[in-house]
Amino acid sequence: MLAATAIALVYLRSLFVAVMLTGIYSLLSAALFVLLDAVDVAFTEAAVGAGITTVLFLGMLSQVPSRPEHFRELNLRIGPLLVALVTGAALIYATQDMPAFGDPNAPANLHVAPRYINDSKSETGMPNIVTSVLASYRGYDTLGEVTVIFTAGVGVLLLLGRPRRRPAEERDGQ
Amino acid sequence: MDNNLIVREVANLFLPIIVLFGLYVQFHGDFGPGGGFQAGVIIAVGVILYALVHGLTKTRQLIPLRVIRVLMAVGLLLYAGTGIATLLLGGEFLNYNVLGSDPLTGQHVGILLIELGVGITVAAVMVMIFYAFAGRGRE
Repeated sequence: MLAATAIALVYLRSLFVAVMLTGIYSLLSAALFVLLDAVDVAFTEAAVGAGITTVLFLGMLSQVPSRPEHFRELNLRIGPLLVALVTGAALIYATQDMPAFGDPNAPANLHVAPRYINDSKSETGMPNIVTSVLASYRGYDTLGEVTVIFTAGVGVLLLLGRPRRRPAEERDGQ
Repeated sequence: MDNNLIVREVANLFLPIIVLFGLYVQFHGDFGPGGGFQAGVIIAVGVILYALVHGLTKTRQLIPLRVIRVLMAVGLLLYAGTGIATLLLGGEFLNYNVLGSDPLTGQHVGILLIELGVGITVAAVMVMIFYAFAGRGRE
């Protein structure tokens, strides 16, 4: 279903429907994350991907002309398709050597994960391991992430936050 | 959308629930799924819904951009300040064990504080981005 939504997105001409489909894509991804037992990630995906991003896209749509004049004709080119297919096939072939999903003996699960699972309750008192890892064990990383969000906000504020200059002033400035 | 009665009333009905749910996610993140980031987004969604139904001008009077700009920095400073506080209390940066009488209480206080910081910054930035996009071309 994810693949079907993605293919439909590529072929769509209407920006409004495309925005709605990206929201649906996010919601489907969130459902997939729930199936993989990653509830926190699913929560974020549903709130940010399906919620806020869609609203921001809609806000952006009201700023651009609803029917852009130049639409590139979509024609199927064999070369890029072949490259994509070969790369995809190579990646799928490589997954054969990966440990099975959720394998407790996989290298990724043997490094710090056992300590998180065994000791996080006694060390931080948090029943939710995800929270204890994010907020306590990896507090530095989360501080960095918040700084990134803050910086992005400042960037948007600098670019879009002030009222638009009047055309006369712009001409004077040039 | 100001004259759409049903949309307006339903939105008014949902707004307190959305904000309450955001606060629940914020402070219950230690026990259930969620945390500062998700809570910030949910509360921002509440503000954006209000803006969509009641208009941007009214929302900006209610929550001015000045306040949002300050809140953006307050959240980050709360997070970093928690780290500085742990330094001053003799621990490593962001080692919450020193914040309480025993390590577990300290961890609890520390995580609560930094999650609050994350929530404030995320909510403020999201609302600010919405203001910036929605207000464009109207001044």
